[in-house]
Order: sequence, then structure tokens, then C-alpha cells
Amino acid sequence: MSRRWLQASEPRQAAYALLLLLSCAGHAAWGAPTDQVVYQTPSIYQTHSGPARMIEHLSFFVIELTAAIFIVVASLLVYVIVRYRQRDPNDDSEPPQIYGSTQIELAWTVIPILIVVVLFLTTARILFAIQDQKMPAAAIDADVIGHQYWWEFRYSKFGFTTANELHVPLSSEQAPMITSLNLLSADVDHSFWVPALFGKIDSIPNQVNHMWFNPDKAGLYVGQCAQFCGVQHAKMLLRVYVQTPEEFAAWVKNQRQPSVQDPAVADGRQLFESQACISCHVVRGTAAQGKFGPDLTHFMSRDTLASGAADNTPANLRLWIKDPDYVKPGSLMPAMQLSDEQIDKIAAYLTTLK
Amino acid sequence: MADSTLPIGSAIDLTPPGETYGTWLEQVHSWVVTVDHKKLGMMYMAYALVFLLVGGFEAILLRIQLAVPHNNFLSPEVFNRIFTMHGTTMVFLMGMPLIIGFANYLVPLMVGARDMAFPRLNAFSFWMTALGGLFLYYSFIGGVGLQGAGSAPDFTWWGYAPYTERAFSRGHSADYWALALIVSGFGTIGAAVNIIATTLCMRCKGMTLFRMPLLVWLNLVVAGMILVTISPLTAAQIMLEIDRYLGGHFFDSQAGGQPVLWMHFFWIFGHPEVYVLVLPAFAIANEVIPVFSRKAIFGYPAMVAASAGIGLISLSVWAHHMFTVGMPSAANAFFVLSTGLVGVPTGIKIFNWIATMWGGKIRFATPMLFCTAFVVQFLFAGLTGIMLSVAPWNWQLHNSYFVIAHFHYVLVGAIVFCFLGGFYYWYPKMIGRMLDERLGKWHFWLFVLGFHMTFDFMHIPGLLGMPRWIYTYEPGRGWEIWNMIVSVGGIIQAVATLIFVYNLVYSYFKGPEAGPDPWDAWTLEWATSSPPPEYNFASEPVVASRRPLWDLKHPEDPDSRYE
Repeated sequence: MSRRWLQASEPRQAAYALLLLLSCAGHAAWGAPTDQVVYQTPSIYQTHSGPARMIEHLSFFVIELTAAIFIVVASLLVYVIVRYRQRDPNDDSEPPQIYGSTQIELAWTVIPILIVVVLFLTTARILFAIQDQKMPAAAIDADVIGHQYWWEFRYSKFGFTTANELHVPLSSEQAPMITSLNLLSADVDHSFWVPALFGKIDSIPNQVNHMWFNPDKAGLYVGQCAQFCGVQHAKMLLRVYVQTPEEFAAWVKNQRQPSVQDPAVADGRQLFESQACISCHVVRGTAAQGKFGPDLTHFMSRDTLASGAADNTPANLRLWIKDPDYVKPGSLMPAMQLSDEQIDKIAAYLTTLK
Repeated sequence: MADSTLPIGSAIDLTPPGETYGTWLEQVHSWVVTVDHKKLGMMYMAYALVFLLVGGFEAILLRIQLAVPHNNFLSPEVFNRIFTMHGTTMVFLMGMPLIIGFANYLVPLMVGARDMAFPRLNAFSFWMTALGGLFLYYSFIGGVGLQGAGSAPDFTWWGYAPYTERAFSRGHSADYWALALIVSGFGTIGAAVNIIATTLCMRCKGMTLFRMPLLVWLNLVVAGMILVTISPLTAAQIMLEIDRYLGGHFFDSQAGGQPVLWMHFFWIFGHPEVYVLVLPAFAIANEVIPVFSRKAIFGYPAMVAASAGIGLISLSVWAHHMFTVGMPSAANAFFVLSTGLVGVPTGIKIFNWIATMWGGKIRFATPMLFCTAFVVQFLFAGLTGIMLSVAPWNWQLHNSYFVIAHFHYVLVGAIVFCFLGGFYYWYPKMIGRMLDERLGKWHFWLFVLGFHMTFDFMHIPGLLGMPRWIYTYEPGRGWEIWNMIVSVGGIIQAVATLIFVYNLVYSYFKGPEAGPDPWDAWTLEWATSSPPPEYNFASEPVVASRRPLWDLKHPEDPDSRYE
């Protein structure tokens, strides 16, 4: 499944050249779409993990309960409106005055209390089951760190860091596999929300929050930041790739490698390292050790740029380096005022970081 | 002149000798220096209406931007400012002045008093509130800081730390925002003190607490809640300013401060605030529904108890806005339970309104239309509220468009509908002329149509994973059609609102004379002329039941016999 997604964004030179041309032509208008990213609807009713499914079932129970209440009360109201509306506008006699009834008041106090108790017990059961789930030692741990408009994922056990595209293993009956996320923030509040896998949990500075899921279907699941975090809150997108254990192991193996050193792009690398790029980005095994922006060690293993704002294609990459604000207005990556030739070299270097 | 049509004090002539209207300037001056609760109440209402139009205009801008994906109508920076201003305006500059305006106008009349307990405090409160609004909107020109940062606040009306700290909000917009809320908050607290003192000390002869109209009871509860809830907000704003200018670190996470602390401060204000706004709306329904059903309110003691119950329980539900911030499971469970329980007294109220209509002779004049729609819509909003209170499901729904739909159902579907009903009901009292019924019906039906198009369909993109506060979204997400419907509905609501404003102006000049009691109602404000004289009642009323005018109109079968 995920392989298909990876293949979907193979470069098609002509299209991208055209895209670049159009983008340059429309440069005056900021924020025009530059992406071909495949989007899905992150519905909360297409769930593919244990906790998300428990929430979904709970929601059906609540919907049935509230719908029943709505039908009963709204029918009463409609009946009253139809039955007791004044028919003759000239009839000014007053109807019998009724001031209340203790028995009736008691009835419609006690019945709602009972409903609330049932609702509470049902909710509490699911709440404790999800929130107090013990994490097995074999769980895949990842630290999710929200930054202004992108996500950092640290796989501390495996010793590498990546960004924006979280890879997790598939869980099956035979081989259950829980992914356990610790949520943190580097700056302001963010919220991690991938509806297919779990609800949202906030990532807040000076605090570690927790979320877990055991995805049962391989594939790509999208989501996005759900707590306002600044200008580009809207394009702080999330992609979670659920892979079979073998695919996941292969991905981890590749991510643990230091960066590729391709002599063909040595001048691109030298240029990259002589610019301020390295103040913010890490390329493991090189002089680039900045922590402010996403880790680029295996940049080409990612499908998207700029936290999902655009496809990771050479054309988009050049556009992104030239003017980040164009692809994602308000992004904290500065435009480095590079010449087209310099951009080509740096882009060529980055595209070797498989 | 003595007015023989008035049921109370009709024989006494208190017209001041040689009363003149004066020049235009003298007129304006008389409004500026007034301490009359009626004039202040109307100024509060006018102020609220102005900001209703401003906030509504901002909402329309937001909806134009979101109508289609990848829209470039507003830049992200401007979009963020506009939704922050929309939220802050509608809650603090529209909602609060509206409820206080109605309370100001009606409470003294309904308890048979000549004015509020502290008329000058009343004027002071109004001008503080007005100053708050000026501060907030001055940020558009005065908030600009270094590197183009600033202008209007852009951090949502929650102002979650640490985004409001100086590291992330440069410029002065956060300061103007905080100052606006501090200053208008003082105004609100002053008004609440005044309402409490008036209801407790200024009631006319015979009006025991349990003979007060329900509107007065609910405003008493609300005033109590204001004292408890505005104070933490004011404290938090002052702490924020200490952080920003005096080197404090309450919320400054870079120096070890706690962003979650701000959330608790904000929501211990923010959730009761919903009830602060909705109880006065209930209060209007409590007056309008009986009069237009021609029956006494069903279960008056239960209604009083339910209001007090809501007031108390609502102080313990705040963290249901915080199910996603990582509270322990036991804390989450507690707030699930308390939130469920606050639904019980609310349910009691809905049942009592239906029981009041049951067996009546319901006249569907415009005020009653609005209040009937309110009951249905509030029922629906309450039930989506129950859905949101279910913590695990809340992890999905929180901060999605489902929540936006839910709380607009409360704020517009319940509160605005009731207050529009209230305008149609009491405008004749305030102005002396009826609002045009034909325009009123147009207003109502268009508004209902627009409201349901907007807020019914807004639930759906929430379920499809659309978060709030995003300035645009990608095509192909399955959200496009819903957003388009929502935006069209918004424009229909705007048209309806303009009809309402036109009606207010048109009827001021051309509306039929109202007379003291156009609705054949039962509470004391209808016992004096329309508009009432400055002294309200020529002689102090004496009441023997909850419906003094019913007793006067039906001496053969007075309420006092049954209470």
C-alpha cells in the first residue's frame, strides 16, 4: 500500500517544468497551489486502530441515545405547537392556568439523572480502557515534537530523527504491535490528530502527553495540527504510514544509516554547508547539525515537503528553497536569496539524500 | 400628564413642568451623562448591536475565504486576526453588553424599582465596557510592533499561552486584547454587583424573592456567576501582562511557566461564561413563552431551582474543554460526570417550557416564533453538547468544525434567537412603537433558513476531520461542498439581520403606537407607559403574586390565591 503512495509521486519532468513555469508566472500571487499531493478525507468514521474503533463504537451508542431523546422531546414540542396554537384570533378567553406538578417535575428530574449515570458509566469504561492502557515493552516508541508548522519524530530507541511523515508498524492478531507516542512541543501548543488512528492529544511545552494506537490496516493516514499554533497552522499537515513489519524494519534500517555521500553532488553539499542551511537542519554524518528545522538526513525518503504542503519533487523543492513563503506563507524557513544556479546545486544535493 | 389607561398610579401626574427636548447637542449630552437605567440599558443594547454587525461582517469575511478550497481572498495573517476579533467581539462586545443591557432595562422595572441600586456605578460600568471595545479595535492601528508584527490580535479568542507571550506575539496586539478584556471585565463586574443589589434591596412592596419574575431570578444567578467567573479571567490577563512586561513567567514556557495554567484560568471563566450568556436568554423565554401561550409558567419553583443548579454545577465543568491536554483519566472522568449533570437542570427547563405551552392558546407573534425556534435549537445544541462531553469521543471532536457548529448552535440558535425575540417583545416598551410584524416574519424565516444551512451542515466537515482555525484547505478532502453550503447560509443570515436593523429604524418612525401593554402581559414593566418615564412608576407598585397584572385583569381569579 505505502509503496503505491511512494510511486505515485515519481517525477514526471514535463509536468514539473510546466508547474515551475506557471508558479514563476504567478509569483506575485502568494500561496497558490503548487502541490499534487494526494489527499484523503480524514473522517472519524474510517477507523483503523483499536482505540479509534472503541471511540467510534462509543459514539454510535451516544448518537442513538441522544437521537432518541431528540425524537421524544421534539415530537412533544411539535405536538404542542400544532395542538395548542390559537385558532381563532378573536377569541380572547384565557386557557385554564396550571402552575406545576411536583410529581411531573420529579419524573423529568430523575429520568435524566438515570440517563446521565448510564452515559457516564459507559464513557468511563472506554475512557479508562484507552487512557490507562499499559504499554508493552515491545511497543514502538516515538517522541512527537510539535514545532511551528512542522512535526519532528524522534525514534530514540532506534537512534534517528525524521519529520512530518510518521512510519509505524502494522498490528495484527498474530503479532500485536502497539505504537506509543510521547507528545511534546518546542514552542507553542499543537495537537496531534490523525482521526483514523486516535483522537487528538495536544503537544504542549513543558509537558509530556501520551497517545497510543495499534493500526490494523496498512496504508497512509492523514491528519493535521488541531490546536492553533500560528500563521501556518492550516498547513501543519500530518501523514502516518502504516507498514507491514518487514517494510517498517526496512524503513528503520535505512533511516539509521548516515546520509548518502554522493561525490557527484559534492559542490552542492559544500554550498549547503557554507550557507545558513546548517544552522537549522541536520544531515547526519556531515557538518549540518542545526536542530531548528526538520532533519534532512533521509530527506528523499519523504513524499512531501513543508509538512505536507507540497509533493517532494525536484521542481517543488527548488521552488521551496527559492521562496518558502510562496509554497507556505508564514513558514519560518527564510528565503536565502540564492541564485538559480546555487538553488539547482543545493536541490541536486538534497535529492541524493535517500 | 396623568394617564388613566395605566393600571398603577394612573391618577398621579408627575410630568415635570415645561419639559422640552432641547437642542441636538443637549440631547446627546443627556445620553452621555445619564444615570437612568433605561437609557443605559438601551445604550448597552445599541453598543451590542453595533458590534453584532461588526462581528457578523467579520464572520462573512471568514466564510468567503472558506467557501472554496485554496482560496486567496484573505491571507493567513489576516484570516487569523479576523477570527480572533470575531470571537472576542461576539463574546465580550456583543454578548455581554446585550445581556447586561436587557438586565439593566428590565430588572428595575420588573421589581417595581425606580432605578438600579447604584445608578452612577451603572453609568461607570457602561463606559468601562465601551472603553474596552475601543481598546480592542484600536489594536488594528495601534498594535503594530517590530518587523510588521502585531496589528489586531491573531491568537484565537482563547489566547492560549505561550502564543500570547512576547516571544511569539510581538507588537502590542496582545496588550490591547488583554487591556480590553480587563477594562470591560471591570464594567461587567460593576454591572453584576448592581444587579445583585437591585434584586436583593430594591424590590417593591409585596414582591418577595419567590414572587420575582423568572427573568429577574435568572439575572440574579447570572450576576452571581459573573462575580465568580470574570475575576479569574481578569487575574489571568493581569498575569499575562506581568509576563510580558515585568519579567514574570506564569505562562512563559521558555522559562518554566505552565501553558496549562492559562487554560484552567481561561476555562474556569470560559465555560461558566456560556451559562452567563445563555441564562439571560432562558430568562427571555421564561417571560415570552407564558405570555404567548396565555398560561402561567409551569413549575416556577423548579425553574428557580434549575437556574440556581445550573449556576452551581456550571462552575465545576470547565475542564471538559481540556480533555485533550493530557489530564489524568480520573480527572477526565470527573468532568464527564459533571458535564452530564449540568444537562439535567437544563433538561428540566426545556420540559417546563413545553409544559407551559401544553394546554395553552399559543399566539405565534414574532417574539414567540423566535422563542419556539430557540427551544428546538437549544434541545439540539444540548444533545451535541452531551456528545462532546463524552471524553473519548471528544478526543476526535475537539477543535473540529463539529465543536464550532455546536457552540454556534448555542450562541446563535439559543442566545441570539432569544434576544431577537426579546427585541420584538420589549421594543414597544422601550420605544413606544411596535416593530413591524411583516418585516419581523421575513426576518425570522430568513434567519431560520440561514441559521440551519450554516450550522446544521457545519457539523459534517467536523466529522470528516476538518479542524478549526485553518485559513484554507486542500481540494479533494471532501470538505468543499459542506463549506460552500455553510457560507451561503451565512450570507442569508446577514440579509436577515439587515432586515432586522431596517425594521428597528423603520418602526422607530413608522411603527404603530404600542400603548402601555400591547401583548396583554403580566409583569410590572407593562404597568407603566411606553416608553416609561424616568421615574418608572408614578406610585410604588404593590404586588400580591408573581403576575401582578394578571391579578388586576382577573380580580375574580387572582394568582395570589394559588401561590
